[in-house]
Amino acid sequence: MTFRLKSLACAAAVLAGVSLSAVVAQAQTIKVGILHSLSGTMAISETTLKDVMLMLIEEQNKKGGLLGKKLEAVVVDPASNWPLFAEKARELLTKDKVAVTFGCWTSVSRKSVLPVFEELNGVLFYPVQYEGEESSKNIFYTGAAPNQQAIPAVDYLMENEKVQRWVLAGTDYVYPRTTNKVLEAYLKSKGVKAEDIMINYTPFGHSDWQTIVADIKKFGTTGKKTAVVSTINGDANVPFYKELGNQKISAKDIPVIAFSVGEEELAGIDTKPLVGHLAAWNYFQSVDVPENKAFIEKWKTFTKNPKRVTNDPMEAHVIGFNMWVKAVEKAGTTDPTAVIDALIGVSVPNLSGGFSAMMPNHHITKPVLIGEIQADGQFSIVSQTPGLVVGDEWSDYLEGSKDLISDWRAPMSCGNFNVKTGKCGGAGK
Amino acid sequence: MRALPSLRALLTAIALLLVAGLPLHAQIAAQDPAAAIARLATDNFREIEAGITELAATGSDKAAAAIQALADGRLFYRQSDKAVFIRDAAGKHVDARTGTAPAEEPSGLRPVRLNNAVRRSIEAAMGTLTLVSPDPAKRLSAAVAVFRSRDAATLPALDTALAKETEPRIRAALAQARAAVLIAKPDASDSDKVSAVEIIAARGDQDALALLNTAKASPTPIVRLAAETAITGIERRLVVLNAFQNIWYGVSLGSVLLLAAIGLAITFGVMGIINMAHGEMVMLGAYTTFVVQEFLRTRYPGLFDWSLAIALPLAFIVAGLVGIAIERGIIRFLYGRPLETLLATWGVSLILQQSVRTIFGANNREVGAPSFMSGAFDFFGLTITYGRLWIVVFAMAVFVALWVVLNMTSFGLKMRAVTQNRRMASAMGIRTPWIDSLTFALGSGIAGIAGVALSQIDNVSPNLGQSYIVDSFMVVVFGGVGNLWGTLVAALTLGVANKFLEPYAGAVLGKILLLVFIILFIQKRPRGLFALRGRAVES
Repeated sequence: MTFRLKSLACAAAVLAGVSLSAVVAQAQTIKVGILHSLSGTMAISETTLKDVMLMLIEEQNKKGGLLGKKLEAVVVDPASNWPLFAEKARELLTKDKVAVTFGCWTSVSRKSVLPVFEELNGVLFYPVQYEGEESSKNIFYTGAAPNQQAIPAVDYLMENEKVQRWVLAGTDYVYPRTTNKVLEAYLKSKGVKAEDIMINYTPFGHSDWQTIVADIKKFGTTGKKTAVVSTINGDANVPFYKELGNQKISAKDIPVIAFSVGEEELAGIDTKPLVGHLAAWNYFQSVDVPENKAFIEKWKTFTKNPKRVTNDPMEAHVIGFNMWVKAVEKAGTTDPTAVIDALIGVSVPNLSGGFSAMMPNHHITKPVLIGEIQADGQFSIVSQTPGLVVGDEWSDYLEGSKDLISDWRAPMSCGNFNVKTGKCGGAGK
Repeated sequence: MRALPSLRALLTAIALLLVAGLPLHAQIAAQDPAAAIARLATDNFREIEAGITELAATGSDKAAAAIQALADGRLFYRQSDKAVFIRDAAGKHVDARTGTAPAEEPSGLRPVRLNNAVRRSIEAAMGTLTLVSPDPAKRLSAAVAVFRSRDAATLPALDTALAKETEPRIRAALAQARAAVLIAKPDASDSDKVSAVEIIAARGDQDALALLNTAKASPTPIVRLAAETAITGIERRLVVLNAFQNIWYGVSLGSVLLLAAIGLAITFGVMGIINMAHGEMVMLGAYTTFVVQEFLRTRYPGLFDWSLAIALPLAFIVAGLVGIAIERGIIRFLYGRPLETLLATWGVSLILQQSVRTIFGANNREVGAPSFMSGAFDFFGLTITYGRLWIVVFAMAVFVALWVVLNMTSFGLKMRAVTQNRRMASAMGIRTPWIDSLTFALGSGIAGIAGVALSQIDNVSPNLGQSYIVDSFMVVVFGGVGNLWGTLVAALTLGVANKFLEPYAGAVLGKILLLVFIILFIQKRPRGLFALRGRAVES
């Protein structure tokens, strides 16, 4: 009896000691969740975002951490599997108790995790260009809304390349479908006829582009200048560009402007046949300012690979991370509600020589850059907006959205406030 | 005495007037292009375009050199004094205005950049500047460039070039270029336009169609009529061409399906087991190609074009060995239990995927195409890419080889015997477990060499197999199990059907419709197109 009691007491003491030290250890670090696909069809794009987050966390720890504590990265792999994104998000918030998450690429992955973040009151920084039509209290959109990427790209083609016929080619999920809806409405508002617009969708990972590229060629031979606006995502881009090269579609004849192809996606292709095709982003590695050069040096040292490239979603994570750090210092805590309020109005430098500010609708201000692919896989910047564009998620060209605004400051605190009816439609979509 | 100088002066004045009056003529003495070259010393794309147009008008050799350097990315400028330099292959600089090397190597140079509009004006300018070049290849590309740019100012140069040209192919190209210019020229005479339409109609392809569509908008009824007749003729021809093009695409897709499925047809036929790890054998073959290429890239770069030929036997062996391991290690113990085999092979496929992910990383691996597999050629109006052509040839070769093995070797005889009636074959002295292992190895090996071919057209990632397993089963179910001809017919039919559906239904819906069709088909004929008959088989 005594022996049993003694051993029970010992066990209890040991357990208490271990859990206390665990609690103490936990209290010593601030956990930062990284929710990016490290395998599957989106790994080509998302792996580098995990790496840049690790670099930012390491840098911040060298500066002494945050609020006197070290930052700890919690990396999970949702494997390009959209329901798994939601499970991993829940795991990060409930099991690992992360203070903030940086993650997602495809809009379908973001839509999967949105209910989880809203239910558990987490904070997500989403770094990728997307289709708009959403504004959540718990998500901060550091990527481009359609008015910061898609619309200026179409404007550039209309003014500079005098394009009159449009092919809108995308992967079959919510981002290309919604963006093409916005673009179709925008083109029609500019007087483009319905028969001059061809819309086409393919599944993720599609590899047989022969028919579609031949159709694009055919569509472009009516004598009117034709361009392709590509919202193709993931590694389907590789066989697409290869087929364009094989069928000898040069950028001089039918330029392709892509929204989801950056330096990282081009790293694995021979870009000599693609010279002159375009991409629209808010940052390119070739931006020639000292802040960008310093960042690229740091990145190459961190990855120990002089051939690694930087791209726009990486810059979005840099901006988002610095904004979060500033907001936590402002609020004095990592509590999500306080941080969410503190983030609005925070302004940090971006990597193209200017500043980026967090607006009340949880979007940031960004410049719009149009770049042409070069033979070495880099982009040559051929056009730049003179100032910064404020992200507007409720498109002015869609019926259901043009009367909506989003403002998360008190007293409005609404993601989709209808200015005509004066009512809030709910806590974001 | 005094009359002569004034006559010379008069002649010089007339010559100057001619030079000033006509925008372009390669035969008259070239103007000094220095001022136009100086216009290139900027970052403003519109200025660069204007400079190129001016340079083309001078017709000078220095202009051609400067524009060619700009096209190759070898033109640099200095912001301070607007000096423009051409960098040669050795890295030395030459002043573009004088053609001589400067006293010392210049510093503070920035490259003159290009965008698509600048590239188009370069193409047009090079076209006009090289129409009478001594090199026939340059003359041909100049004619093609003028055909695309349709610059009315090139008409006199085109006439001169046509008069001098002796090679028939280039003459035809120049005539078409001249016709294109006339159609695009608003003030060309109607008879000129009608004869131009006829020349373009004879060309008969999609570029001709584009040009004639612009002619259709002409205000003169006679030109409109000529254009419309020509367009109808071309469109009819294009519809037929389009059907053949779709058949070609269908055949190339079918050959891919054939390669992926033929191994499965054999193992399914002989052993009756559903091998869910079949896609991973394809993946292993693709990774073998990657490893071979990496090895050659570092050690023997000159052999890169042979990388596929070297990878083929290696992929066969690697996939075959893995196949034997699976068969001896797992499937042998699950004989007669199809559900367990399905689950076990599914597990094996996950293990194989994860091992590859661990060894090679989760990201896609770059597999390059040897030189004979890039590009395309024109076959009676059809565009045929070399990569796809070789894959079709390869698939047929694999099919023939397999047919020979099945029908003309003793191993093939034993395999067919085991397929038709296992127990009787065993009673006849055939060692069925041994045949099972070898068949599985053969089927996996074929999947491996399919992976070598597929690495050329698809991304090489650990998930490569997953995109082909469903298609392979579709082909095998549709074509009938154990029958090579069934697999061939099924693969080609499904490929062609998919490609004919795609323009109307889109890629996603086309796949869905095909699956629905197969489901309905096997309601009527559960054993597929070419079913094997025999008492044991039907039991």
